[in-house]
Amino acid sequence: MANWLNDVVRPKIRAAFVRRETPDNLWAKCPGCDQMLFHRELTENHQVCHHCGYHMRLGLDDRIALLMDPGFTLVPIPEVPADPLKFKDEKSYVARMKDARAKTGQSDAMAVAYGTMDSLGVVIAVQNFAFMGGSMGLAVGEALVTAAERAVDHGVPLIVVTAAGGARMQEGILSLMQMPRSTVAVEMVRDAGLPYIVVLTDPTTGGVTASFAMLGDIQIAEPGALIGFAGQRVIEQTIREKLPEGFQRAEYLLEHGIIDMVVPRKDLKAKLARIIGLMTNQKPVPVPVALPAPEAEQPTV
Amino acid sequence: MAMFLDFEKPIAELEAKIKELQAMPEHPGVSIADDIARLEDKADLLLRQTYGRLTAWQKTQVARHQNRPRFNDYVKLLVEDFVPLAGDRAFSDDKAILGGMGRFRGRPVMVVGHEKGADTEGRIRHNFGMAKPEGYRKAIRLMELADRFGMAVITLIDTPGAFPGIEAEARGQSEAIARSTETCLKLSVPLVAVVVGEGGSGGAVALATANRVLMLEHAVYSVISPEGCASILWRSAERAQDAAAALKLTAQDLIKLGVIDAVVPEPLGGAHRDPKATVAAVGHAVASALDEFKGKDGPAIRRDRREKFLAMGRSGLVA
Repeated sequence: MANWLNDVVRPKIRAAFVRRETPDNLWAKCPGCDQMLFHRELTENHQVCHHCGYHMRLGLDDRIALLMDPGFTLVPIPEVPADPLKFKDEKSYVARMKDARAKTGQSDAMAVAYGTMDSLGVVIAVQNFAFMGGSMGLAVGEALVTAAERAVDHGVPLIVVTAAGGARMQEGILSLMQMPRSTVAVEMVRDAGLPYIVVLTDPTTGGVTASFAMLGDIQIAEPGALIGFAGQRVIEQTIREKLPEGFQRAEYLLEHGIIDMVVPRKDLKAKLARIIGLMTNQKPVPVPVALPAPEAEQPTV
Repeated sequence: MAMFLDFEKPIAELEAKIKELQAMPEHPGVSIADDIARLEDKADLLLRQTYGRLTAWQKTQVARHQNRPRFNDYVKLLVEDFVPLAGDRAFSDDKAILGGMGRFRGRPVMVVGHEKGADTEGRIRHNFGMAKPEGYRKAIRLMELADRFGMAVITLIDTPGAFPGIEAEARGQSEAIARSTETCLKLSVPLVAVVVGEGGSGGAVALATANRVLMLEHAVYSVISPEGCASILWRSAERAQDAAAALKLTAQDLIKLGVIDAVVPEPLGGAHRDPKATVAAVGHAVASALDEFKGKDGPAIRRDRREKFLAMGRSGLVA
């Protein structure tokens, strides 16, 4: 299915079609400190609690707006075979996909954008946890390959923002094959001598972590993000022990030498731009993060 | 000692009866040879019928059979001058993944693979073939060594999956697996992988990102175990049979999906009935896969591997 909304229409216009998830009440409760937060303030603060700094999950559009300068373009992703296994559990895969597409307005769990970040050219690929847990199947693999090809074509770094429960079970072995396939994408960027940077967000686990998400030249994570190979329940069942405090959290990974840094969301763009600037010997020129406009102010078509 | 799977019960009963008759003392005038022959024909037919239509779940059980040939059996019968190598040079030697160099049909090779262990003690020592980061890092070290000395790499895949544990996570299980997959892709020497038992998810891919991926007739290769899939999607591990069928994890399914390159036939009744013949069949298949790369240079071998995986999902899928 060609998703023209996703492929052709600029993000601002698209936002008028696809309804942002607006909570019924204007207050949200922080999972970190239980404080009640005014929804608008939360949006302005990119879904970070200003009492305790808890990082909630950030939607796809907001994530791209956070990192890219205005004027970026969304890169169309080639279509992939739908439901190659004719998979059905208690619900068919086709039906699950239909629901996920209706809920998110996206065709699958990864979007790719090309543009600038503090005036430096980049391609970013952003995984969308809201779409079937961000799971990696043929479409996510294709998005990564497309992103890598774009980065190589334009001679710019590739930044991948991850968020996924793992592989998409409903695509069986073909989802597993996206582990080597996404690694080929990483190799394409490496061979071109371009930086490949990974930003791990909450949560990133399973086959996604065990492939492209752990192969960055620089590994960055957001505070408190759950990052690991095996699920916590599986580990507890296997070893019959209680898991240590903070296990598989971003700070734990930093402590164990698995990532380079934990960067709060508000500093993420500037930090990425500085890193890219150093790796490609350019000077970033800061462009302020554009706040997502309130819904009422969206242009109508 | 023979171990029979649940669905092999009728065959086991027949074979027990044959043994009983064979053990009977000869009586002049009474010939039981005909009876034995008749029962043997019947057992053979039953075996042929049963193994001719194994379900995905039955194949999963056959693939996990404890009498199937394992890493050490393959090495013993196929590799001369074998020199086992150990350790990741950083933390320890993980015995869930074994490896070493030797001579396969005259040429020096590096063999790397999972080892589940033969008996209870062995299974504990080899951690049931579930590797930790140091196992994958050993594999990386051996593959890079092979690359530098122009040795082809043969990997033998037989794992329920990478080990899920606190220490494995603390030492970077994901990174180790990802890096092993990446190393497979970088090699300038041919890499041939054989799924000889269970190809369990990322723990298998880490060694199976190969130029040619072969699979034994009753082996399985999957993104998740049928039990794991059932407990997530059906919310009950009891539905593993349904999950096994839905996952399309048999060699016959995977060759149709273009994920593997060849299916290696097993002896009648499965690899566990005749390990020697199984190992020999794998040897032939590996030799002919390696022959395909004779005269090819490093860049061509790398390109072959990359393009193979890049194409998965882009083309060739039967709608």
